[in-house]
Amino acid sequence: MLEIKNLNVYYGVIHALKNVSLTVNKGEIVTLIGANGAGKTTTLRTLSGLNKATSGEIILEGKSIVNLSASNRVEIGISQVPEGRRIFPQMSVLENLELGAFLRKDKSEIKKDIEHMYELFPILGKRKKQMAGTLSGGEQQMLAMARALMSKPNLLLLDEPSMGLAPLLVREIFDIIKNINMTGTTILLVEQNAKMALSIAHRAYVLETGKIAMSGTGEELAKSDEIQKSYLGGN
Amino acid sequence: MDQFLQQLVNGISLGSIYALIALGYTMVYGIIKLINFAHGDIYMIGAYIGFAVTTYAKLGFVPALIISMVLCAILGIIIEKVAYKPLRNSSRIAVLITAIGMSLLLEYIMMFFVGAGVRSFPKVLSDSLFYISNITIKMQQIYIVITTVVLMVILQFIVNKTKIGKAMRAVSTDKDAAQLMGIKVDNTISFTFAIGSALAGAAGVLVGIYYNSIDPLMGMMPGLKAFVAAVFGGIGNIPGAMIGGLVIGLLETFVSGYGNSMYRDAAVFAFLIIILIIKPSGLLGKNTKEKV
Ligand SMILES: Nc1ncnc2c1ncn2[C@@H]1O[C@H](COP(=O)(O)OP(=O)(O)OP(=O)(O)O)[C@@H](O)[C@H]1O
Ligand SMILES: [Mg+2]
Repeated sequence: MLEIKNLNVYYGVIHALKNVSLTVNKGEIVTLIGANGAGKTTTLRTLSGLNKATSGEIILEGKSIVNLSASNRVEIGISQVPEGRRIFPQMSVLENLELGAFLRKDKSEIKKDIEHMYELFPILGKRKKQMAGTLSGGEQQMLAMARALMSKPNLLLLDEPSMGLAPLLVREIFDIIKNINMTGTTILLVEQNAKMALSIAHRAYVLETGKIAMSGTGEELAKSDEIQKSYLGGN
Repeated sequence: MDQFLQQLVNGISLGSIYALIALGYTMVYGIIKLINFAHGDIYMIGAYIGFAVTTYAKLGFVPALIISMVLCAILGIIIEKVAYKPLRNSSRIAVLITAIGMSLLLEYIMMFFVGAGVRSFPKVLSDSLFYISNITIKMQQIYIVITTVVLMVILQFIVNKTKIGKAMRAVSTDKDAAQLMGIKVDNTISFTFAIGSALAGAAGVLVGIYYNSIDPLMGMMPGLKAFVAAVFGGIGNIPGAMIGGLVIGLLETFVSGYGNSMYRDAAVFAFLIIILIIKPSGLLGKNTKEKV
């Protein structure tokens, strides 16, 4: 459903993405792993239209989307949970969720979906009137995910959802990601936690200083010596 | 005691006007972190539009208010698109200098067209007075306060309850995150300028009627004072600007009433310096903490 071809992105003179190509098929969880500064966030930001590509193609469902605005990309079904969550701290949980549905017009459906989010993330239901900034880190992560789902995306981009969370919570978040995927949402998952990411991903890409260095199924990469050494802490 | 209450009445009506202007400063600052120095001049143009509508078109107070607000909103949008938007990714100092240039441009364009002289509004609101014991209240003061309260209630409704209001708050806190919601940042910024400028236009008409004299440089001092009000309330904070406007209005009238009216401007700016030393984030300003 998503195809990136020879994508190049610069920050001034910094060449952050160098001819990156990758594919995400419908229904898959694809993970993009790599060290700090490899260009993972840049890839997702460019997909969402927050950064401009200097050259290359981004094709969604057969159509080029490189010239679409960020807003239009949400409209055609791309949603992102950004790095660091970026919830709106001075708004309530409910308002955050409503903003997630900003482009939708089906009011009664939105209401239902908000209730659905409270089922998926019960803690959010208990905190719906609370300012989002007062939530714990884990709760904020759940809010960011619920907010992203409120736009009813076909493709969900997740940027380090496990960052800063306790191991138990990381497991919970990954279970939720698997569930979201099973209900029909295609997922591109960026992670530092390579072990967890590879365990749930159908396929994976490794990004090194702006270039795709390796790709394969989750299992293949989890077994590869190089991945073991660099990302999984094995010998 | 009577004098105290009298100053209170005068201070509240003057403060309402500062509050209306301060709201535009604070909203624009909130959304693009720009101190829009041309804002006081939009207020001035609002006063001239009110003057033209009441003098030449012979319309009453409410139509003058609405026409002035609409035209100022459009002017605000144009100024943003022409002068500030091309500099969206430039340094803040470049934008600030542009804002000062825009302010001077508006002042001298107006001077070119209407001359430097002072003009006075026709009588569109009753100037009757009434008395509560020894306090004099002008009918116009009541209109000013009512108009301000109505506009602020509408503003609060827009900002807190409507979709565009939510978009404004979202863009103010986090532009990237707002875009990820599908919010169009440029449209939201335009809308913010429109609202802020409309409020300044309303303030211009109210002042024109109340003081009955307008001139092309009338926006400078109230503009600066409203800016102080916005800083006092916590720049970027809407309720803060409302309170700040009232406080500055009261401060000014009490200094003139009990001290010496020569010191009233100095008092306002001394107050600014004190705020900046004691609580630079302002009364309701937040030192936002973020969880990582
Ligand atoms: N706004 C920016 N301005 C300049 N350089 C940037 C900017 N954002 C990212 N970079 C640079 O681009 C490169 C890729 O950064 P990116 O944030 O995409 O990495 P990442 O893989 O997400 O890293 P992390 O795992 O630490 O989040 C880095 O070298 C970074 O320094
Ligand atoms: Mg990153």
